[in-house]
Amino acid sequence: MTNAYDEMWKRLDLDLTAHEGLLTVLGKFYNDIYLDQNGRPRGMEYLDFVISEIHGLRIQEITKAKSAGKKVFGTFCVFVPEEIILAADAIAIGLCSGAEVGSEHAERYLPRNTCALIKSFLGFRLARLCPFTNSCDLIIGETTCDGKKKAYEIFNDFMPIYIMEVPNTKSPAAKELFRYEVERFKDKVEQVTGNRITEDRLFAAIRLVNRRRRVLNRLNAIRAAEPAPISGRDALLINQVAFYDDPERFTENIERLCDELEERVGRHEGVAPEGTKRVLISGCPMAVPNWKLPYIIEGSGAVIVGEESCVGQRNTRDLVDEDVRDMGDMLDAITDRYMDINCAVFTPNEPRLRDIEQMARTLKADGVIHYALQFCQPYAIESVKIEQGLKRAGIPLLRLETGYSMEDIEPLKTRVEAFLEII
Amino acid sequence: MFKAGIDVGSRSIELVVLKEREIYLKTRQETSFDYVSQVNNMLNGLDLDATLVTGYGRHLVSRKLEIGHVTEIKAYAAGVRCLYPDAKAILDIGGQDTKAILLDENGRVVRFEMNDRCAAGTGRFLEIMAQALGCTVMDLAELALSGRHCLAISSMCTVFAETEVVALMAKGTRAQDVARALVRSVARRSSAMLRRIGATDRVVFCGGVARNTAVHKELEDILGTKVEVPEEPDYAGALGAALLAN
Ligand code: SF4
Ligand code: SF4
Repeated sequence: MTNAYDEMWKRLDLDLTAHEGLLTVLGKFYNDIYLDQNGRPRGMEYLDFVISEIHGLRIQEITKAKSAGKKVFGTFCVFVPEEIILAADAIAIGLCSGAEVGSEHAERYLPRNTCALIKSFLGFRLARLCPFTNSCDLIIGETTCDGKKKAYEIFNDFMPIYIMEVPNTKSPAAKELFRYEVERFKDKVEQVTGNRITEDRLFAAIRLVNRRRRVLNRLNAIRAAEPAPISGRDALLINQVAFYDDPERFTENIERLCDELEERVGRHEGVAPEGTKRVLISGCPMAVPNWKLPYIIEGSGAVIVGEESCVGQRNTRDLVDEDVRDMGDMLDAITDRYMDINCAVFTPNEPRLRDIEQMARTLKADGVIHYALQFCQPYAIESVKIEQGLKRAGIPLLRLETGYSMEDIEPLKTRVEAFLEII
Repeated sequence: MFKAGIDVGSRSIELVVLKEREIYLKTRQETSFDYVSQVNNMLNGLDLDATLVTGYGRHLVSRKLEIGHVTEIKAYAAGVRCLYPDAKAILDIGGQDTKAILLDENGRVVRFEMNDRCAAGTGRFLEIMAQALGCTVMDLAELALSGRHCLAISSMCTVFAETEVVALMAKGTRAQDVARALVRSVARRSSAMLRRIGATDRVVFCGGVARNTAVHKELEDILGTKVEVPEEPDYAGALGAALLAN
């Protein structure tokens, strides 16, 4: 079968046959997990469209922008300040790495017990399957977990990568280091794009990214309603799409969706009847198309009301201060905002426990499911402390560790169902 | 009132029918490829007021035969508490998985642990090890009871453990001692799970592997407490499902 985008994909050096296979699987997966849901908000049509064109229209847009001279930056972590990229009139893409593809390729370089996300980002590149990765002029890596750090060194042999140093504590010295890194990143982006980041441009970018965060926070707040007006799967999808869609268009569409959801809440309407068990997910990021756990949880009769995750509230809650206009102050404000993200690569990381507790209360969750990607040490180990802390707070927790493959679906279902029976 | 509980496990299917709270009927079959028809046949001719299915095949059976389903964890909790009203923890070792369940005073599940995706330490593990020793699973228990506690099997992985067993046998190690070490490794792994959920005493051991007297004995030894095994340990799940059916 030929596709209208074949030419474009060929130019991006994709493996067309394998890529078509990927799109077919993805489409089927999406159908089963998304389109089969009852009572979806109308506004999700926008997301359905975006997903159906995931490697099509959006890539075309990006390709066009590139031929007009724009640069594209790919990121793997919410610590990379998008504001700086946008301020240089470039495109920022949060690369997803949520599929088990190309792992045979990746395993040529990486030990088998490497987390699925890391395997996936190398796998996508080696198997030539991701038009986003291949559109990037520069990939921005960061020094978060050891797995990523070391894998970037390998990735660098295949694509240019720039590493931002993210500290592992939140001491004043660490903040100073990150402040320096933000500035160094700004210089790098200016150099790659050839555009100077002026105060006005940076201010506009700060406001733009904040707007997108605000709408996602609005969405998250609406989910506190009972009955839940939107499924966790759909909310996750919205958070995922936020990483690669055009920020203005995305924000506009999600505002409209939120209006619809508020009307629903007003009418006391939901995707699941009142009394449905409400679950908060907490842990590793779930990148497109990693919908496995939400599907299992909601398939077992619960509804997910929030994500304490980087594809979720860790990426949206805090805004950059908009009250400063001077370059130095704005860079300070960016530093402060990013250094408030409570990721498990930091030590100590008690604020994350407080975040989870607070989310569980405001969203009226009956229990928390902690999700660690298999072989992810930071989150798997931190989950012990989280479990102890939540126990003290009287909030039930289920700890799960799993990867992208489907082979453990049945035992996972048993665990999730048994947890739902308990809470 | 007649209520039925069915436990569709990876190796066997158990059916328990209760008349009020008394056991009226119980049967057991090896799980076949088409277990939905199998369950249908087992239920054939019974006039039931309520039925509930549990076990790894519960979803498919529930959907096809339009009966409710419950997890093994809740079913075992109900079944075991009926047999031992003061039980505080359950260890269930079946064909392909191991579960440790902690109960509160009212018999409700407080915490549970399950083994990861591999078959280490399960019924299947023991079957394969028995094969490597050239005996049946029942013989393995007998052998182990007469074995000395003088060596350890270090691999948990079924494949590696098998290699280890073959190597030990080739070196001329006594089969009894190898069997003892194998049983010990299963008991060790299971007791670690029990410890993780905070189970200390009043443990009930069920599932197919509970028939293995050697594992039972090692478990008591490691935990330092008496461990109860029901007369028919593989029926606890089906019994629990029958009790929960309504
Ligand atoms: S979990 Fe940590 S390392 Fe991963 S994206 Fe989030 S902040 Fe970055
Ligand atoms: S999931 Fe864990 S191991 Fe994997 S990239 Fe993120 S922090 Fe690193």
